[in-house]
Amino acid sequence: MAYSAKARELFAEDIQAIKDKGIYKEKRFICSPQDAEIEVEYPEGAPKKKVLNFCANNYLGLSNHPEIVKAAHEGLDQRGFGMSSVRFICGTQDIHRELQDKVSDFLGMEDTLLFPSCMDANSGVFESILGPEDLILADRLIHASLIDGIKLCSAQYDTFKHMNMKHLKKKLELHQDKRHVLVVTDGVFSMDGDLAPLDEMCDLCDQYGAMILVDESHASGFIGKTGRGTHEHFDCIDQVDLITTTFGKGLGGASGGCVSGKKELIELCRQNARPYLFSNSMAPPIVNASIKVMDLVTKDTELRDKLEWNAAYFRKGVEEAGLCVRPGNTPIVPVMLYNAKLANDMSRDMYAEGIYVIGFFFPVVPSGAARIRVQLSAAHTKEHIDKAVAAFKKVGEKYGILGLDKKGIIDKYGM
Amino acid sequence: MADEMKDMILEYVIEEYVDEEDDEEEVSYDTPLISSGIVDSFSMVSLKVFLEKKCHVSLPDKEATPEAFDTVNKICELVRRFQD
Repeated sequence: MAYSAKARELFAEDIQAIKDKGIYKEKRFICSPQDAEIEVEYPEGAPKKKVLNFCANNYLGLSNHPEIVKAAHEGLDQRGFGMSSVRFICGTQDIHRELQDKVSDFLGMEDTLLFPSCMDANSGVFESILGPEDLILADRLIHASLIDGIKLCSAQYDTFKHMNMKHLKKKLELHQDKRHVLVVTDGVFSMDGDLAPLDEMCDLCDQYGAMILVDESHASGFIGKTGRGTHEHFDCIDQVDLITTTFGKGLGGASGGCVSGKKELIELCRQNARPYLFSNSMAPPIVNASIKVMDLVTKDTELRDKLEWNAAYFRKGVEEAGLCVRPGNTPIVPVMLYNAKLANDMSRDMYAEGIYVIGFFFPVVPSGAARIRVQLSAAHTKEHIDKAVAAFKKVGEKYGILGLDKKGIIDKYGM
Repeated sequence: MADEMKDMILEYVIEEYVDEEDDEEEVSYDTPLISSGIVDSFSMVSLKVFLEKKCHVSLPDKEATPEAFDTVNKICELVRRFQD
């Protein structure tokens, strides 16, 4: 047997090293559908506990929405369970085409290509369109999947300071000698919930002849007055060349992703992207449900409006309670604690109060920037949010941080 | 000459990686850059490109490790090794 006792011992040491660093990810089991109210088994083997979920990407509350569940059932009945094929052999149904067309219309792009996930879309898009004579210029805080995709591509790459337009301009000037320059950013950054200044970025790209790609995973369906995304919010839809996004967050919550944009670039992805060429198609029930999602978010703005209200109401509540909250206007509300142990301890106490939130600390966020990231959903009621705010107030009081600013918390707990 | 190189790299690191508003961050020749999070493994590429251009060296990827890039002093040692 190749998996020797020695090998087992060495791998066990690797796992212990992760635990020693304090970054071991524990198992948590949800024993109910994903929703605002869930039943959780945590730690493993503990009795199930009903809690309010404030850490899901279920922004529009569609993960268990009756119309979406019904559409998934219909997809299963009408088009079957799976495709047993990649897209280009025999894995493309008429509903895949229909979903792509609806996404293009919704995002205001020329064409769209579905991938098994947005992680796959981000892994495949760069290698498909760029080569060694090109340059990718990325914001330093882009999502890990974009970083992986950039590293898989033969193009050169450089970075600019997070959302720093002066630095971006300097780098665009520096790289004028490259064939193509592609600027890459998240629309909404998932850890801070801040919005990339896309209008300024697009103007700079126009000025220097660069293209721009925006990952809209934490924006599609709810940012902008009709939920089209960050490019709608900043009124620059026509200036964006490529968007990657997911059906695993606001737009449904199951899985699947896509690249949307200029038709030649999408065609190159169709021809070249390895995750598209070598991984199965999105399953029919998910495609059919995602079509329903696109219909729902196109029909009216009820869900994104409710989400916007919920986020503002929660933000106001925790600010008034005296918590230190990072400013912003998205459904991602970071309650800043700066100290990793404090973030961990407080999230555990919040769970005891029936509120499921998670502490984030280095290396997921910069050292000394630990926080509890709260994510609002359209599925939350006012009562849910009131309970969460009350729990934050109670737990914050226990740790003596109410009314303290960054300096006050750091003076008390260190970084 | 060595000090000139150190100063040039330090100046670049401050300009490239430290936020203008962040007056708490003091960077010296021995300040850990990677292990403290000032520079991450993704943005390290900017520093490598700068060194290759300004110091007229080619730094192999296997040598341009986070450990070798962790302080200005270590970076100088690495560059000098490949200049020789």
